[in-house]
Amino acid sequence: MTRTNRATEIEQRLQAPLAAVLSPRRTITAAAEHLAARPDHELDIVIHRAISLANTNAELGYQFVQHAIEALDAMRLADVLAWAEQAVELYDQDGLFAATSFLERPERFADEVLNRANAASFDDTCGMLSIYINGLAGRRLALDIAEHAFTDTETIFLPRRISRFEDSKLNRQLYKATASFLWAQAWYGTFRLDANHRTLEQRLAAYDNPRNARDLFDALETIRINACVARDLPGLYRDWQRLQTLTGPVDYPTHWSGIIARLQRPQASMETTFELLPEVINDEVPLALCYQGVLMPGQVAQTMALRMEKDKAALQTSLAEIARNAVPSVASEDTQQPIDTEALRFEVRVTAKPDAPGEFDIQLSLGGQALGIPPELEALLQSILQDLGGFPTEYLVPAGDNDYDPQAIAAEIDADSESGLGPATYYPEWDHQRHQYRKDWCALREQEVEPDPAPFVNETLKKYHGELHHLRKAFEALRGENQLKKRQPDGDDIDFDAVVQAMTDLSLGLEMPPQLFTQLHRHERNIAVMFMVDMSGSTKGWVNDAERESLVLLCQALEILGDRYAIYGFSGMTRKRCELYRIKTFEEPYSKLVEHRITGIKAQDYTRMGVTIRHLSKLLNEIDARTKLLITLSDGKPDDFDGYRGDYGIEDTRQALIEAKRQGIHSFCITIDDEARDYLPHMYGAVNYTIIDDVRKLPVKVADIYRRLTL
Amino acid sequence: MSQAHTLPVDEYRITEEPYYRPLGKEIEIFLAAHKNRLPILLKGPTGCGKTRFMEHMAWRLQLPLITVACHDDLTAADLVGRYLITSGETVWIDGPLARAVRSGAICYLDEVVEARKDTTVVIHPLADDRRVLPIEKNGELLRAPDSFCLAISYNPGYQSVLKDLKTSTRQRFVAIEFEYPQPELECEIVSAESGIAPDTAEKLVRFAGMTRNLKDSGLEEGASTRLLVHAAKLMASGIEPAEACRSAIAESLTDDPEMLEAVNELSASLF
Repeated sequence: MTRTNRATEIEQRLQAPLAAVLSPRRTITAAAEHLAARPDHELDIVIHRAISLANTNAELGYQFVQHAIEALDAMRLADVLAWAEQAVELYDQDGLFAATSFLERPERFADEVLNRANAASFDDTCGMLSIYINGLAGRRLALDIAEHAFTDTETIFLPRRISRFEDSKLNRQLYKATASFLWAQAWYGTFRLDANHRTLEQRLAAYDNPRNARDLFDALETIRINACVARDLPGLYRDWQRLQTLTGPVDYPTHWSGIIARLQRPQASMETTFELLPEVINDEVPLALCYQGVLMPGQVAQTMALRMEKDKAALQTSLAEIARNAVPSVASEDTQQPIDTEALRFEVRVTAKPDAPGEFDIQLSLGGQALGIPPELEALLQSILQDLGGFPTEYLVPAGDNDYDPQAIAAEIDADSESGLGPATYYPEWDHQRHQYRKDWCALREQEVEPDPAPFVNETLKKYHGELHHLRKAFEALRGENQLKKRQPDGDDIDFDAVVQAMTDLSLGLEMPPQLFTQLHRHERNIAVMFMVDMSGSTKGWVNDAERESLVLLCQALEILGDRYAIYGFSGMTRKRCELYRIKTFEEPYSKLVEHRITGIKAQDYTRMGVTIRHLSKLLNEIDARTKLLITLSDGKPDDFDGYRGDYGIEDTRQALIEAKRQGIHSFCITIDDEARDYLPHMYGAVNYTIIDDVRKLPVKVADIYRRLTL
Repeated sequence: MSQAHTLPVDEYRITEEPYYRPLGKEIEIFLAAHKNRLPILLKGPTGCGKTRFMEHMAWRLQLPLITVACHDDLTAADLVGRYLITSGETVWIDGPLARAVRSGAICYLDEVVEARKDTTVVIHPLADDRRVLPIEKNGELLRAPDSFCLAISYNPGYQSVLKDLKTSTRQRFVAIEFEYPQPELECEIVSAESGIAPDTAEKLVRFAGMTRNLKDSGLEEGASTRLLVHAAKLMASGIEPAEACRSAIAESLTDDPEMLEAVNELSASLF
């Protein structure tokens, strides 16, 4: 086909989809001619994409065709497709004009793509960074994405992408530098309250131009923090400096030299910075360092106010607890009498640790007697110390009976779920985007399956009569017994037959064989297995039947083997109502009741797998067995009502399985989902799953898979 | 069958004083327990100095120290002894425990929870006031001399519920708890063991503190004093501090690439 013919063909293929925006003076002839020069596979993809854009809006399709050739010249095909995709997103969000003007400039997008290759992204660095920051010291800080880098003293916010340097390694270092600088701000007390409990925001507001004052304060604090880090973490400081030399040094006004020297003294604190601020208030603000981030006193004030309220209440409760334990007689006998306040006065003494700069030893005493501090309280005290630099007296007043109730928090969590469900166990959940756990996120409750006396089990046993016969034989073959192994080279006792023979050999002048011992070989199938059965809504009907039949056959097989096993069904709706249905516990023998429970398994709501795995691994861990197995019977991906789906659900489940593995539990998944190959290898590992293509085969297969797994 | 055969225990004597810096009253407690013929249980995380403490005490008491590293296939016969056949006759060979009892040595069962539960029961009659070791196979009843001392160790930090001592076992022992030493002490130990300068030792100890901060964020255990000494020894032989920390500490703690990078960044920040 000649090039002209190809061009005509392209034009014809696009004619109909773009008809609405074409006219004799507005054609795609020229574009088609250019495109005709591209290889076939590219061309097909481009035309295909143009048509799908035109289906959204004909003008989008038209602009795409007009600029496709420039785009193809400037970037790879995959990026061209990403460019088209972003245009559709823009169209959805900001309308046609935004999208067409975006399509008109493919070179801009191309530049961005190139830059991205060198950029470091938050997602790639945050895993390492959050470990690093938590390792340094102090209050646990979370990491999150924001437009600018700043910290509110609980979270370090970082940009989604850093592309300041051409080398991606340097950009990664800049991430570390920025995050560690913000950590240092929190650690070296930039946001500490003053003696009158004024926040940084309030103190800066006293100046004529608070914004200018803030920036100058920031510049001075940066000098101080640099000096602190240079003293305590010289390696980190060298990294900071290296990055700063690459971006160019920062010049300070000449009369600052004395000020800088004072800020660099080891005893300088944020108060020193405030003392020096008036001296520079009329100067121009020096350039910010490349890793400095921005100072957001407003955000900090909000977060701190909230946290301090919480810390104070928590401290007072703990102290009340300690006080109650310390003087039980006073509290119980004379509840009406005011408690002797002198005897119940708490005191805290803080001493700096000589060898660990910035860290303090805290000693708590009650009525002059020193007390041991439990670890949770230690963390709390350190947190308060970090905020306030000391302990105000009102913090040390134990809470009264009705002031603060830690159970109120638990009640709050329960409040909007259904009441009357009984006490729940709370489990964390892994958020793969933030790279951290959401603490106490899921409320899980165990309950009984309503036993159903229908004759389902007997019917199943009849139905699978033939298969059952084979199954029994196969499993009986697996069952081992203790045996005394004779003629061993090493063992607990002497094998007299062997010795007698050896002696005869010896007297005949033959060599004596060394196999003269017996060894008791314990053939133990030391296995505990937990079956986790999907009871989500999607199993309704024949999947549910197949699951129940599988369990019936499995129980038969396991009873032969004598392996310890438990069966739990799981379902639930939202994180506040995760439910586990007990079908058989490890301690419980197989009985009519268990049979009735199996019969009573019904399809319920959703599949939140992570929390279930966490709970069942906990149960498994309480069992003493050499091999522990967690086998999941499922029909699809993790899925729940409140966003627990897609990557989030898969990543949380994977994380839960990794936790289980660390505890020595082997996980395996048996599923009937044809698409499981896309996600199961990621969750369970490449060999730890089986897909059964026909639900009817499930009952026989499950037992067989179990046999092979534990061979 | 011939008479019981006992191997000499003199090679188990410790002649030179092993370095040990007491953290609290553990030496006094040990001496008092030994004087009163009480068995001793050492608790503590790995690498905090339990084994070194035993060596030091053996040297102090001038007794041979027989150490058994317990594993999950350790049988009672492995501890007590068994018959062997040599050149036409059966010979009874004492296991390490019987040998220690016979010669009045110190028997130290390291990581005793690793041994099978039925095995640990063998030590019961030795660990109460009877102080005897019945040897079923040759019908002997060994009575422990006064100098005999039974010590066991375990690490309560292991999360597994299986790796726990039976109450009936642990309630026979005088327990001495070991922790990682306080920072000042740990500096002293690291620099005494390796010969590096105190300020470098101090940085190493701070690095250990950082890794111990990470115990709940992905590390199973923080860097132990033993690892610090390893790193310090590498440094004393001229290896760069960051490199020494990487080889002796970070790589021993974890295989996870993200964790490794973070731990390496932490050590790089300090030096």
